[in-house]
Amino acid sequence: MSESVDTSKRRFLTTLTSVAGTVGAVGVAYPLLASMAPSARTLAAGAPVEVDISKLEAGAMMVELWRKQPIWILRRTKETLADLAKVADFLSDPDSAKSKQPGYAQNTYRSTKGREEILVMIGLCTHLGCSPKHRPELGVAELGGNTWLGGFFCPCHGSRFDLAGRVYKGSPAPINMPIPPYKFINDTTILIGEDEGVKA
Amino acid sequence: MKNKLILILSVFLPSLALASGGGGSALLHHYKADIELANQDSLRNGAKLFVNYCLSCHSAAFMRYKSVANDLGIDEKKAVEKMLFVADFSKKTEGEAKKIGALMTVAMRSEDAKSWFGNPPPDLSVIARSRGADWLYAYLTTFYLDASRPYGVNNAQFPNVGMPHVLWQLEGMKKGLFETIVTETTYALSKDAKGAEVKTELKVEEKHFDVNGKLKDSKLVRETKKSDVDPKNFKLEKREEKTLIGFEMVQEGQLKEVEYKKAANDLVNFLVYLGEPHKLERQKIGVVVIFFLLILFVFAYLLKREYWKDVH
Amino acid sequence: MIKLLQALLGWVDDRFPLTKMWKEHLSEYYAPKNFNFWYFFGSLALLVLVLQIVTGIFLTMNYKPDAALAFATVEGNIMRDVSWGWLLRYMHSTGSSAFFIVVYLHMYRGLMYGSFKKPRELLWIFGMVIYVALMAEAFLGYLLPWGNMSYWGAQVIVNLFSAVPYVGEDLSVWIRGDFVVDDATLNRFFAFHVVAVPLILLGLVVAHILALHEVGSNNPDGVEIKKKKGADGKPLDGIPFHPYYTVKDIVGVVVFLILFAAVIFFMPEFNGLFLEHDNFVPANPLSTPEHIKPLWYFTPYYAILRAIPPMFDSQFPGVVAMGAAIVVLFFLPWIDRHPVKSIRYREPLYTVALMLFVVTFVVLAWLGMQPALPHLSELALRFSELYFVFFVILAIYNQPRTKQYYLTWLAGLSLAIVLMDLPRYIGATIEKQILIRFSVFIPLLYLIVTLWLPAVTKWNQSKTVPDRVTT
Repeated sequence: MSESVDTSKRRFLTTLTSVAGTVGAVGVAYPLLASMAPSARTLAAGAPVEVDISKLEAGAMMVELWRKQPIWILRRTKETLADLAKVADFLSDPDSAKSKQPGYAQNTYRSTKGREEILVMIGLCTHLGCSPKHRPELGVAELGGNTWLGGFFCPCHGSRFDLAGRVYKGSPAPINMPIPPYKFINDTTILIGEDEGVKA
Repeated sequence: MKNKLILILSVFLPSLALASGGGGSALLHHYKADIELANQDSLRNGAKLFVNYCLSCHSAAFMRYKSVANDLGIDEKKAVEKMLFVADFSKKTEGEAKKIGALMTVAMRSEDAKSWFGNPPPDLSVIARSRGADWLYAYLTTFYLDASRPYGVNNAQFPNVGMPHVLWQLEGMKKGLFETIVTETTYALSKDAKGAEVKTELKVEEKHFDVNGKLKDSKLVRETKKSDVDPKNFKLEKREEKTLIGFEMVQEGQLKEVEYKKAANDLVNFLVYLGEPHKLERQKIGVVVIFFLLILFVFAYLLKREYWKDVH
Repeated sequence: MIKLLQALLGWVDDRFPLTKMWKEHLSEYYAPKNFNFWYFFGSLALLVLVLQIVTGIFLTMNYKPDAALAFATVEGNIMRDVSWGWLLRYMHSTGSSAFFIVVYLHMYRGLMYGSFKKPRELLWIFGMVIYVALMAEAFLGYLLPWGNMSYWGAQVIVNLFSAVPYVGEDLSVWIRGDFVVDDATLNRFFAFHVVAVPLILLGLVVAHILALHEVGSNNPDGVEIKKKKGADGKPLDGIPFHPYYTVKDIVGVVVFLILFAAVIFFMPEFNGLFLEHDNFVPANPLSTPEHIKPLWYFTPYYAILRAIPPMFDSQFPGVVAMGAAIVVLFFLPWIDRHPVKSIRYREPLYTVALMLFVVTFVVLAWLGMQPALPHLSELALRFSELYFVFFVILAIYNQPRTKQYYLTWLAGLSLAIVLMDLPRYIGATIEKQILIRFSVFIPLLYLIVTLWLPAVTKWNQSKTVPDRVTT
């Protein structure tokens, strides 16, 4: 009963067991936490969506759902595309340096080369997530008068975006609206959610 | 006397109770599946058979094509081409075809299923877990001709099943070989003190017939001599019991017997995989976990022993 | 750094009894030093409770309590689509059976060492309430996968309530929320299983541990260690729970986890005992499984329920017997009042009676899993008789009795058994009468062993209990 206690051995064994135990705990925690990642069901529901744009008229916009988010597809005119260069000074980030878009959409038109007139964009304001309204009319007084050459206006907190989804200075929204990965399967069909580099 | 006996027999012979040709369980014991979940060739063959023969009526609604493709080493594009044709009939309303992530559902509507088959064909996702591999294997290999059934076939594992023999082109058609036991009971009817009818068994004889209908054995099971019974009151009751003891091929199929048995085994192998796709994975992880726990046990035990040196 | 932590601890201790609780329940809770194998199961039960709650939380993230969706969310979503979902499911289903294995062994320890006797009666009662709550939790949980066995098992058990005279039917409808088990029943069982009963269980476990710590733990010798204290006021045969029993229980936990892992990863169905084959078929109101039975941990009581024949056109006596089998355990501290606590020092015949009780319980469990064939039903009735007679024997064994006392009880109980047989015997078929005549020897033999032997031998004498614990 009065043998001396080998404290260093106890410390060693305690540490050894604790470390092994922690490894075990992590081993148990990992599957539990990993199970919270999107399941196969969710991923299947978020699969790419095919959209037929043959009936989309010039200046018109259609809305599709991808990953339960509204995707806007806008067929812009040559005049609209020309106007986009004119509003650059009124925008926070005219070159889309801070916003989320695939590489091929980092340009003035924010669309793919060869099909610049088609805008494919996630229709959610980058401030707090409301869905802005399409306001194509030029020179609307409340929207900025001469600086307004058509775009999107978010009714929730007043953010304004041009017809390439780029945010106007003074808007509560910090960055341009995001562009999802997309590609043209043929002249009249777009696949949203997948492009040459990205697979959904 | 002779006429009276004929009269009595003709009244009671219709009470021939024919038990449905029950699959003798002795027969079914020979049917065992050989499950090898690591055998991807077998699983792929099974998947092919499943999609071609089963998926038009039976869904596997908890499984995704993508999972089957990935687990079985099938290229996803090929899977879309070869496996999703069933989806042609179950396109979404907008006309969009199914994608690789879709569930393996079936086009047949349940109202149609009920009217065509009586019961809707059950979903097969976990059939291997409720029935078991041996049951399924016996089921696929014991269909035999039976003119009394709506689809002309019966099954030893699942008597009076409502399903046709969808694999008949591969297997061919077999007929069942039955041994019959006819039990003839001679009994007398009398009335007891209260006036109720009492049946007194006098003689029970069993006759065994082989598969060709030839009498091979006849034995007297019981005989009680009762002298006080009037022979005029003797009645005869016949009961026939058929036991399935084997099969005989009457029409050859595309596959030889050995090849068909392998195909059926592959299909059952696939169904076992379908019942629990993560089975191999869980066993692999289990080895690692137990190995780790054994190490942890050693550490924990050493720790305990060290501290318990204090206690006498 | 250490100084900072100490200051922080001081701040907390001024506002919350943290160090006080640590000392009272762990570092200065003196437990007997002779705990053996049977003393692992309390901490293991706590571990399994935590496991079930944690896996339960993650399962609830992926499960939908809707009659049309439930089966699919378990077999489709959780088992296949959710990453590691299959592991969550197997941990929870195995955990459920593991919980009962651990709890039954824990209760058996109590029987062996007299841990239910004064001053631990309330501790035992809290434990019994936990047991009942656990059975409720398991029953409620089993409906959730909405398999065919889930459905019919719930249907049968809820129908038991309709056997209650007068109010039965209305009671059953109220419990179900419908005229048959359906979506309404599923949803409320989900609410009870996930929220209500776990909260009740947690509260009861806290009460159970507080009651234990108030009086101190028993031990395999049944010796009260608080009676012999040293100069420092600590029991001579006691050791602080921490570090000695924390370190020992960790070993127990690891061994348990090895067995647990072996089941989860290699045999989660456990041959149909932990996951029933019939439950891989979705609930079908039109078709009952051929062999309907509850999971193994309920089968002893199920055997008793089925064994009692209907009386006065009612199944109620069977329900009463099943309930009585559980209720009688609550009264154990007042049935067995023999001053010697532990089986180590009690009379040899007590050991025999206890072993026979274990055999009875296991045989009843097996019988509850079989179809109700006539000879098996008769056997179930006989073993039900043995189950209840055990408690009468315990009361008789409370103190040394005279020869006449034992023999009078032998005669009386034997007569009672035979009298109970008469209504079944008269008017029965020849086969049934033969069965009854042969099987009556089971209870009669039991009575001869437990009541005639003490009258004619010295095997009814207990040994002297030592002052200090042995190993």
